Amino acid sequence: MIQVNNITKVYGKEKTVAVDHVSFSVKEGELFGLIGPDGAGKTSIFRMLTTLLLPDGGSATVNGFDVVKDFRKIRNSVGYMPGKFSLYQDLTIEENINFFATVFNTTVNENYHLIKDIYIQIEPFKKRRAGKLSGGMKQKLALCCALIHKPTVLFLDEPTTGVDPVSRKEFWEMLKRLKAQNITIVVSTPYMDEATLCDRIALIQEGVILSIDTPAAITASYPHELFAVKGDKMSSLLTALNSFSKIKTAYAFGEFAHAAFYAHAISAQEMRDYLKSKSIEMEAYQKIDASIEDCFIGFLKN
Amino acid sequence: MKEVVIQTEKLTKRFGDFIATNEITFDVTKGEIFGFLGANGAGKTTAMRMLCGLSLPSSGKATIAGFDIYKKTEEIKKNIGYMSQKFSLYEDLTVLENIRFFGGIYGLSNAQLKSKSEALVTELGLDKEAKKLVGSLPLGWKQKLSFSVAIIHEPKIVFLDEPTGGVDPLTRRQFWDLIYKASDKGITIFVTTHYMDEAEYCNRICIMVDGKIEALDSPTNLKKVFNTNSMDDVFYQLARGAKRKE
Amino acid sequence: MKQFFAFVTKEFAHVLRDRKTLFILFGMPVVQILIFGFALTNEVKNAKLVVVDQSKDLISQQIINRIEASRYFEIEKAVMDPEQIEAAFKEGKIRLAVIFPAHFTDNLMHINRAQVQIIADASDPNTANMLSNYVSSIIQDQQVQLNEANAIPYAIVPEIRMLYNPQLKGAPNFVPGVMALVLMLVCVMMTSISIVREKELGTMEILLVSPFRPLLIIISKAVPYLFLSLINVISILLLSVFVLDLPINGSIALLFAESTLFIITNLTLGIFISIRTNSQQVAMLISLMGMMLPTVLFSGFMFPIENMPMPLQVISNIVPAKWFYIIVKSIMIKGVGFAAIWKPTLVLVGMTLLLLGLSWKNFKIRLA
Repeated sequence: MIQVNNITKVYGKEKTVAVDHVSFSVKEGELFGLIGPDGAGKTSIFRMLTTLLLPDGGSATVNGFDVVKDFRKIRNSVGYMPGKFSLYQDLTIEENINFFATVFNTTVNENYHLIKDIYIQIEPFKKRRAGKLSGGMKQKLALCCALIHKPTVLFLDEPTTGVDPVSRKEFWEMLKRLKAQNITIVVSTPYMDEATLCDRIALIQEGVILSIDTPAAITASYPHELFAVKGDKMSSLLTALNSFSKIKTAYAFGEFAHAAFYAHAISAQEMRDYLKSKSIEMEAYQKIDASIEDCFIGFLKN
Repeated sequence: MKEVVIQTEKLTKRFGDFIATNEITFDVTKGEIFGFLGANGAGKTTAMRMLCGLSLPSSGKATIAGFDIYKKTEEIKKNIGYMSQKFSLYEDLTVLENIRFFGGIYGLSNAQLKSKSEALVTELGLDKEAKKLVGSLPLGWKQKLSFSVAIIHEPKIVFLDEPTGGVDPLTRRQFWDLIYKASDKGITIFVTTHYMDEAEYCNRICIMVDGKIEALDSPTNLKKVFNTNSMDDVFYQLARGAKRKE
Repeated sequence: MKQFFAFVTKEFAHVLRDRKTLFILFGMPVVQILIFGFALTNEVKNAKLVVVDQSKDLISQQIINRIEASRYFEIEKAVMDPEQIEAAFKEGKIRLAVIFPAHFTDNLMHINRAQVQIIADASDPNTANMLSNYVSSIIQDQQVQLNEANAIPYAIVPEIRMLYNPQLKGAPNFVPGVMALVLMLVCVMMTSISIVREKELGTMEILLVSPFRPLLIIISKAVPYLFLSLINVISILLLSVFVLDLPINGSIALLFAESTLFIITNLTLGIFISIRTNSQQVAMLISLMGMMLPTVLFSGFMFPIENMPMPLQVISNIVPAKWFYIIVKSIMIKGVGFAAIWKPTLVLVGMTLLLLGLSWKNFKIRLA
């Protein structure tokens, strides 16, 4: 559905490279995630794919259409929800949806089955103006508006940024149901924990893709033995772990410290003794599978 | 018994019929890292504004750094630092200019400003960027810099409103290193976040639902009480029942 | 077409729901007309004038009495040497002088015709005009009274002379000026702001990534303001005819056609600004400072262009409001037809086409 080949975007007089020779492809019906922090180039990639920006190098096709030459055809067939999209605050829910339906040459009834699940949640408030809705409801409305013309590909730029964990969970459940309707979805997020909800992901930082694969394959290819360590004081624990010669890197991870070993890990007893020598009481030590966040940190440390 | 720097008793803020924060009562001690969690619209921002002396409570009592929240807002402001994800530094000023400006606001002398800004720039590894515009720095550096600027006058308490939103995982940890260092120096940290792993880094966390405090304890104890091993789950169990949103 | 209507409907919703702005848009012309109409050019009371009566006979005395009785005038000196009049004008002591030549009544009685000279200080042209009209009508009254008893009509001919500004140029016939100003503000500022607002909201991105033609977006943004402006034209004209008693001497249809043209010129200007800017603040600053000030200065309704230095006169030619002002003045006051105003009309058409072309060339179908 989407083919991106060495696409590059450069901004301004200082030639800041926002997107640096990025390539990836997205298959039909796939939920593809671009995972990376702010400023990684996610929005620039979205804008190039939705024909809003011209690439400075490389090429890309969406639905088989070239993003530069066939931009009008792409515009007819994709749905897009930009990061700062906030709808028309002074129009009601109903008016917003009807407006976008008409702009895309369709009616709400025609594709009602697509938005039904989401729309019934906000329907009781359909006479309310968008400006008076809660963050979660605005997000649902925005998704309805992006879906109303039955796009073949849906681009969602950071739909969950600044949204609390409960609403985020609800949002991802909606995406899963959409995927079941065979809509290809490309979504970006700075939250690493959302990566596992995608079929395939690209980890991106400073315009460069660090890795592309299924979340499972990415975590499986984590090169180090990873241990979760718990001690009585986190900051001294981290200092102790990071100064240990066999450990490549150690960092806080929730209540634990994660320690990545260069080659083979040491036994629990060895670790307990080592920490004791630094006057830290070890409370837990167990081998764990790397998460996407561990992988991301691993790539950044390299 | 540690010194208590934030003390609230039944602190309430009403907007008309709407009770944004409803009789919240808690203490925070010196050097503590206090996490303040809640869904969008649970009343976090309102509570934080009252504690910073930016808005007057409708009822209830509170003292910040020993000063009464109703009468001594000016003294409170001298003793706290504030940083948010949205506004932190002037993008069109250089790193040094920003440091000098904010230091100057809090009445640091020229000599202090000079030594502080040098120390700060070295500590953050920004030597090369000192004369660059803040707008040209990556987000993570901006956030670290603005935290350091927020505590440049060595306040008793620093309020952080979602300081790490959108920052990469590595920088996020470096940011927390700065928080730990500040806490070791005796600065109390009052922080809101949407990252549940960050909630674990706090000494104690407080979860707000619909304007009320629904849970307040150390992360370990909370997980025990809610019979789960992830903070995420604790939060979800509490916030799912929320009736109002924003 | 359906899309277009949906868009226009949405635009109307934006406009109509923003009560404060709407109030300003419709209130502004009313307030301006009333301010200009009453506060600034209120009728003059107790204006000082001198009478030089060289004939000192019955009828001249009667006229002088009438003038004295009027609340508009206060006679400074009843008799005065004609030489001193000029000096009194220069010192600003008097606004008007009425001079009866010798043998005034004799002439009237014997040849049924007498002259009276009225001299006004026309540096304030509006006042001068008004005062001399008052005196003329007082004289007229006297004449009517005289003729009641007489078979052969007597004619007292007032000969009016304007000092300093004989042709009353730049007479603040402010209605056309206010029209130009209001239309400019509504069209240029509101259109540019409403387009730039979509850029700021992020909705422009969605609209661009839709099958809706970008150019149609812009045209549909302009439609509500076209309507708003036409309503303003109507309200200004109604006010000027019924409240200020300023009649429309020419063709109303022509006046509307020309107003529509001027509105379109301004809409294209607003569109052009919105294409070149990315924030509402900038759009507002450009429209206010860059458009309103030149309109006030160079349209000719506050400051006569003829009195300006040459370079400024040249600059005034690029201000659309100047041409519109000429057109409206000609239609409303002089009552002329299209034949007399085709030149300024052509200038406005040219400006519109030029702005349209520039907008077309600068319009981006992408973000950057």
